[in-house]
Order: sequence, then C-alpha cells, then structure tokens
Amino acid sequence: MTRLVLENVTKRFGGLVAVDNVSFTVPEAGVTAVIGPNGAGKTTLFSLVSGFLTPTDGRVLFDGQDITGLAPEKISARGLVRTFQLVKLFEDLSTLENVKVGRHLHTKAGLFSAFLHTPAARREEREVEARARDLLSFVGLQHKADADASGLSYGQQRLLEMARALAADPRLVLLDEPAAGLNGEESEALSRIIRRIADNGTTVLLIEHDMTLVMNTADRVVVVDFGRKIAEGTPAEVRVNPAVIAAYLGSAATAKAAEQEKLNG
Amino acid sequence: MTSSLSITSPETAHRPRLSWRTVLPYGFAAAVVGYAIAVGGYPATVVGFALIYAVFVIGLNLFMGFANQVSFGQNAFAAIGGYTSAVLTATYEWTPLPAMGVGMAAALVIAGLIGWPTLRLKGHYLAMGTLAIGLIVQEITVEWTSVTQGYMGLSGIPPMGAFGFEITSDRGQLIMLASVVAAATFLSARLKRSRMGRALSAVAGSEEAARALGIAVARYKLLAFLLSAALASLAGSLFVHVVGFVSPEVFGLHMVILTFTMLYVGGIGTIAGPVVGALIISLLPETFRGFKEYQDLAYGAALILMLIYAPKGLSALFSHRRRP
Ligand SMILES: Nc1ncnc2c1ncn2[C@@H]1O[C@H](COP(=O)(O)OP(=O)(O)O)[C@@H](O)[C@H]1O
Ligand SMILES: [Mg+2]
Repeated sequence: MTRLVLENVTKRFGGLVAVDNVSFTVPEAGVTAVIGPNGAGKTTLFSLVSGFLTPTDGRVLFDGQDITGLAPEKISARGLVRTFQLVKLFEDLSTLENVKVGRHLHTKAGLFSAFLHTPAARREEREVEARARDLLSFVGLQHKADADASGLSYGQQRLLEMARALAADPRLVLLDEPAAGLNGEESEALSRIIRRIADNGTTVLLIEHDMTLVMNTADRVVVVDFGRKIAEGTPAEVRVNPAVIAAYLGSAATAKAAEQEKLNG
Repeated sequence: MTSSLSITSPETAHRPRLSWRTVLPYGFAAAVVGYAIAVGGYPATVVGFALIYAVFVIGLNLFMGFANQVSFGQNAFAAIGGYTSAVLTATYEWTPLPAMGVGMAAALVIAGLIGWPTLRLKGHYLAMGTLAIGLIVQEITVEWTSVTQGYMGLSGIPPMGAFGFEITSDRGQLIMLASVVAAATFLSARLKRSRMGRALSAVAGSEEAARALGIAVARYKLLAFLLSAALASLAGSLFVHVVGFVSPEVFGLHMVILTFTMLYVGGIGTIAGPVVGALIISLLPETFRGFKEYQDLAYGAALILMLIYAPKGLSALFSHRRRP
C-alpha cells in the first residue's frame, strides 16, 4: 500500500526553483529517507507535503486523498505530522506538557470541562498523562518529565519533539534531520528508535545528512539535488549510483573516511 | 517501553507540589486584603481599586501571557462594560447584574468583530486594531453626550447587588471584589493546566509547531481575546458600581499603561502575577507618600529595581519549576 504520493511537485520562490518537478511514492511500511546536499530543497519538500507551503505546481496524495494546499492543521488532523529542522518546543511548558500538547487532536476537553473538572475531563486528562509518560519513556526522557523543555540538551530536545509528534498518533511522520547535532552514540540510539516507530506501524519519512544513519535506518532513499530528484532506491543501490556520488562527493568522502577510521580504530 | 537511550543523565523525577514558594504570593494578597477589610476607610478604597484592576489584568494575562499576543485596547472593553452598566442602571433603572450581562455580551460581540479578521493575519494587525478600538471607544464616550454626558460623566449609579440586596459598605464591597478576583484566579489556573491552556501555551511557544499538531491557531487566539474582553468588561462594570460614577478618563490610555505595568511587575504568564502586580502597583505610591516631593522618584526607582531583580515579574520568583 502507498502512504504518500508526490506528483510533479514544484515550488518556486521568485526565480529560484527550490523543488523542481519531483515525483516519488512512500510505501506504508518502513523508513524512507530523503537525502541531498544542503540547499537541495529537502525542507521545502517537507513543507509542501505538510501544508506549510503550497506547491506552485503538482499534487500531494496522502492515503489516496489529495491534500495539496490544505492548511497544516487540517493535514495533521488527517494523520500526517512533521517535526522541524530547527526544533520548535513550547518553552513555557514542561517536557511532559509538551508531549501532552501532541494529544490535542485526539482529545476534546473544552473551556467548561477545564473550569469544572468534569469526570469525563478528568478521565481524559489521566489518559493524556499516561500516554505522554509512555512516550517519554519510549524516547528515554521519562526522568525529565517535569523539567523545563528549554533546559534540555539539544539531543534531548530533538527526542522530545519526536515524542510530541508521535503523541498525535500519526500514520506518517516526517522527521527533518532528527540526528543533526547528535553524537555518534546518540544517533545510534535514535536510529533504533526510528526503526521501532516504523515497526509499530507508523510510516517514517525522514531527511538526513548523516549517511551512516541513513544506511542503518532507511529501507529506501530518495536523493535530491538542486531541487530535482536524481536517484531513488535501496541504500545500497543509491550508494553506488554515479549521479549520487557526483552530487554527494563531499559527504560521501567524509563518510568513507569515517568508515576507514572505524576500521583502523 | 524501555528503549535505553544514553543521552540522558539520571535524575530523580520532580513533581510540582504545594510549597511555601507557590503559596507566598497568595498569602501576600490575602494579607493585604485582610488588612484592608479590618481597617476599612482609605486603605479599603485603595485595595478595592487594586482588586478591580486585578480582574482586568487577569484577563489581559490570558491574552498576553498565556497566548503571547499583544493588545493595547482592552480598556475599550472595560469602557463598554462600564458604560453599559452605568447607562442601564442609572438612566434606565435596571438592576446591576442584567446590565453587567448586557455589557459583557456587547464587549464580546465587539471583540469578536475585531478579533475574527485581525487574528488570522500575521504581524501587528491585531495590536493596531486594538489600539484603534481603544481610541474609538474613548472618543464615543466623550462625544456621545446624550447617553454618556461626555466629560461631565454619569453619576447616580447604584452599588452592586442582587435579589434586593445592595452591597454598600466598604467591607462588603471588598469581600465581593476579593471573591471575584479569587474566582477569576482559580479559573485561570484551571484553564492553564487544561487541554485548552496547553493549546494556548503552544500558540505562545511556536505557531508553526502548534499547527503541525493540529491546533487551529487563529481560533485559540480568538478564544483568549474573548475571555480577556469579558474580564475587562466585568472590571469596568465593577468599577462603576463601586464608585457610583463614571467618566471617559477612567478607561483612558492611563488604564492601558497602568495595567501593563501591573502585568509585567506581577509576572506575565503566571497565575498569581496579575493579583500581585495589581496590589503592588496600587500600594507603591501610597507607601512612598512619606517621601513627599520625591514620591514619583521613589516609585520610579522601585519599578526599575523590580525590572532588574525580577525581570520575569515578582511571581516568577516563586515558580515551582526548575529553571535551566
Ligand atoms: N521561504 C523561502 N523563500 C525563499 N527561498 C527559500 C525559502 N525557503 C527555502 N528557500 C531556498 O530554497 C532552497 C532550498 O532550501 P531548503 O529546502 O531549506 O534546502 P535543504 O533543506 O535541502 O537544505 C535554498 O536555496 C533556500 O535558500
Ligand atoms: Mg533543510
């Protein structure tokens, strides 16, 4: 089954074509990665899919339905939730409360249940609390539940944003460079978490720079460069694709060097 | 669920609990109000006004603190509430409660008419819109003399009351006002810790992230704006019934500046902040009366010291949550 279809999606910013006639599909199962050099148009692509930008041309289908041009809150209500390259936490709230916000779409307490603490509202609140704590444990932040979100380390903030997105029970979650700023050990742990998200039935589409993470985590890779899709396939296929190597020379060389270092060390 | 992530350092869980820190601001407020009730007279008048302002500032805090928006025109809604109460009771001999209800309804309708279009726009449209409505309502209260008597003002407004009772004594009024402030504070605390309150904090923290989680940002801003207008209107009505008189100056730009000061000194976004701020800012000039011609200077110096040592407001000094 296909979770997401992009059909000839294009986005122009004035004269700049940030996303140029990109088409690909994301199957329901597993992890799909979008890779490409800085400025290739990956984040723009995510914004087009999640409704934060409207495509100049083309269509986006989610679970068979056309979601092109819908408002972001309408798209997330359908089960497509994104995270941001630059983490956007709610700084007034604790770590736990941040995750609770993620339950918004699946709860309904209004003003009067807030004021009156009706039994139904209290039951709902208990469920939200339990679910939020589970998700914090899932990403390993349970001991930070009552800490200020803004006081977390960078890596922890990324994990918190992921837990918050998962609280919305998405069918498709878009992760924009989840491993950025993490050290090797952290990004290995992240890789395991991402695999588990996919194994639990949530489709994962992620943008990543860290080739090791992509190779370890992704089932399929889409490569973009200058807004265009230049390759698509399994990590192994993509890795030996000449066009990808040309576009990615810098990063590929770095990855190789890192691998070499690992062998030597 | 145990995914062992080694990113985190072990620390014990920390649950907020009732400690002297959280209780202190309320203890302060209760002590001040208790003192005023006990001695009556001039202190009771000063504290009474402070409590009316507190109602207004609690509303301002919902919009500016909880939702992180800006409005320079909440005084318009106080004027709408106040004048509706004044005209309906003094001129048309209504009883206070229904008059207050009509005033609040009028304030909500006007707030909806301004908020609905401007809150969907990005940027400062709402701030400008609210500034405009504040000035327009001010003009109306001055110019519409057949109803408002202009600068002459309206007098003969009856005291607050219901079912044949009237609250005429200083003490009775203070108890009534303190009850309203306590109820509004209690409800805003409940709101803050609810699904709705979290949605407002999300809007305050990042509109984009809020939308990504399905929160209809414009709707929540409007909700906060309407609640804020309702409390402003209530404060306006309370004022005219306590004083028995109303004129345009009461709800002028002075009120905007004073209430902003109260909100920031008390602690924007906190629960106890509005009450603490309203009481401190109302009492400060009185405390410095002994300084005679240096009173304003001492007042200004005190404000500056508070901004330096409690930039997030006095109540934030007593927050239970760990700071980074
Ligand atoms: N809102 C915008 N307005 C104008 N140009 C933009 C905007 N967003 C992105 N761009 C440009 O589009 C290109 C792709 O950016 P982006 O999608 O962020 O790349 P990536 O995420 O692959 O690093 C860049 O040249 C960037 O400067
Ligand atoms: Mg990017």
